[in-house]
Amino acid sequence: MQTEFRLPALGADMEAGTIVEWHVAPGDRCKRGDVVAVVETDKGAIDVEVFVDGIVRELLVLPGTRVPVGTVLALLDTEAPAPAPEMVHSTSRARAGEDVGEAIQQRVKISPAARKRAQELHVDVVSLRGTGPEGAITVQDVERAGPSPQPSPANVGEGAAGMRAAIAAAMSRSKREIPHYYLTTTVDVSSAVDWLAAHNAAVPVTERLLLAALLLKAVALACRDHAGFSGFHRNGRYEESPVVHVGVAVALRGGGLVAPAIMDTATKPLAALMDEFRDVVARARAGRLRASELAAPTIILTSLGDSAVETVLPIIQPPQVAIVGAGAVAERPWIVAGRIVPRQVLTLSLGADHRVTDGRLGAHFLARIAALLANPSKL
Amino acid sequence: MNREQLAHRVLELVTAIAPDVEADSVIPGIAFRDQFDFDSMDTLNFAIALQREFGVDVPETDYAHLASLDQCVAYLAERLA
Repeated sequence: MQTEFRLPALGADMEAGTIVEWHVAPGDRCKRGDVVAVVETDKGAIDVEVFVDGIVRELLVLPGTRVPVGTVLALLDTEAPAPAPEMVHSTSRARAGEDVGEAIQQRVKISPAARKRAQELHVDVVSLRGTGPEGAITVQDVERAGPSPQPSPANVGEGAAGMRAAIAAAMSRSKREIPHYYLTTTVDVSSAVDWLAAHNAAVPVTERLLLAALLLKAVALACRDHAGFSGFHRNGRYEESPVVHVGVAVALRGGGLVAPAIMDTATKPLAALMDEFRDVVARARAGRLRASELAAPTIILTSLGDSAVETVLPIIQPPQVAIVGAGAVAERPWIVAGRIVPRQVLTLSLGADHRVTDGRLGAHFLARIAALLANPSKL
Repeated sequence: MNREQLAHRVLELVTAIAPDVEADSVIPGIAFRDQFDFDSMDTLNFAIALQREFGVDVPETDYAHLASLDQCVAYLAERLA
């Protein structure tokens, strides 16, 4: 049967995107989860995956074209039931599928600035040879190539200004529609800080953890213990997500931010979580996130641990219903067993949705996160 | 590897970690953090890259020595000596 592959919405207020490149051609076989196209959006260049197994029949939108969310980008022939993996390998079309895999492996390495410049100059980045680190295409490479003969029909709306507009639209909608309440609590995280220092001193550099990894895990576990914070409010009702995907707010150096999900955060050991966290931050900054990662978060963690900020009062990203904030760790006088002692403290905050929970439930949720952080070796 | 080659290679590692930073815009005497928001994740990735490239294991307690290009080159030169 024929299936339409449409441009997905990658955020609450995304309206359009520009197809940058296709990773498949008609006749290619693709599997659910394969990246088939790169789409330039307000959130940078995003890898868009297909959600069915099938064979590409036709690509309907040419690279360089800006189209609204929901536009049919390609037609796929899908079979039911999907062929077993060994069957796939024995058919000639499976080769096409493997080629797709290779194409993804060899895809263009390019800095976001260079990609933007390429769009401005209408340079086809696929044809360029990069001179940057690991063969990445730099702004200079793009400028050397100069404008290509055919002008592209669309190159407006993306980039920093587009991202700023998208953030403004999503946050305005959030403040308009979501009756936020805020809670903050300052907690002694000395045991987590000490545990981290000891752990990081004992393991190879590649296995070192950041405090944010502990925070991610603590938030995810607290979501499993307390309903009403990890899910989506849509069409007038709240649905708790059966799996917790904590999104991590990543600030981009050019300005703006994105919040890709660490999938199934609660079940992952800290080491695996840290690897994924590192990977997702790198890809967010290189403009290589996947569409599914942007749509998945059931709650977001925003950590300003690298700044000198004590408290962040974060705004919920609809259709989510809660967001947890963490300020910087600071040494402060603290009273422990009647004596003033220096301790490492951190202010946790919660922005939550009054349509779903009240302050009392929010307080329990926040207290649970604090308790989990007090026992870092159990995370 | 002389000091200049070392600085050049370190700069390549920094721009690989922060691909949105152009190498010729980096000022050697100013902390990466103050120039382009080099954060704790970047610093960790930098420490991993230095271990891979030079075999130098930089403990967390020495991260302060990696703050700027100049400091980092001086630190590495000493560790590699």
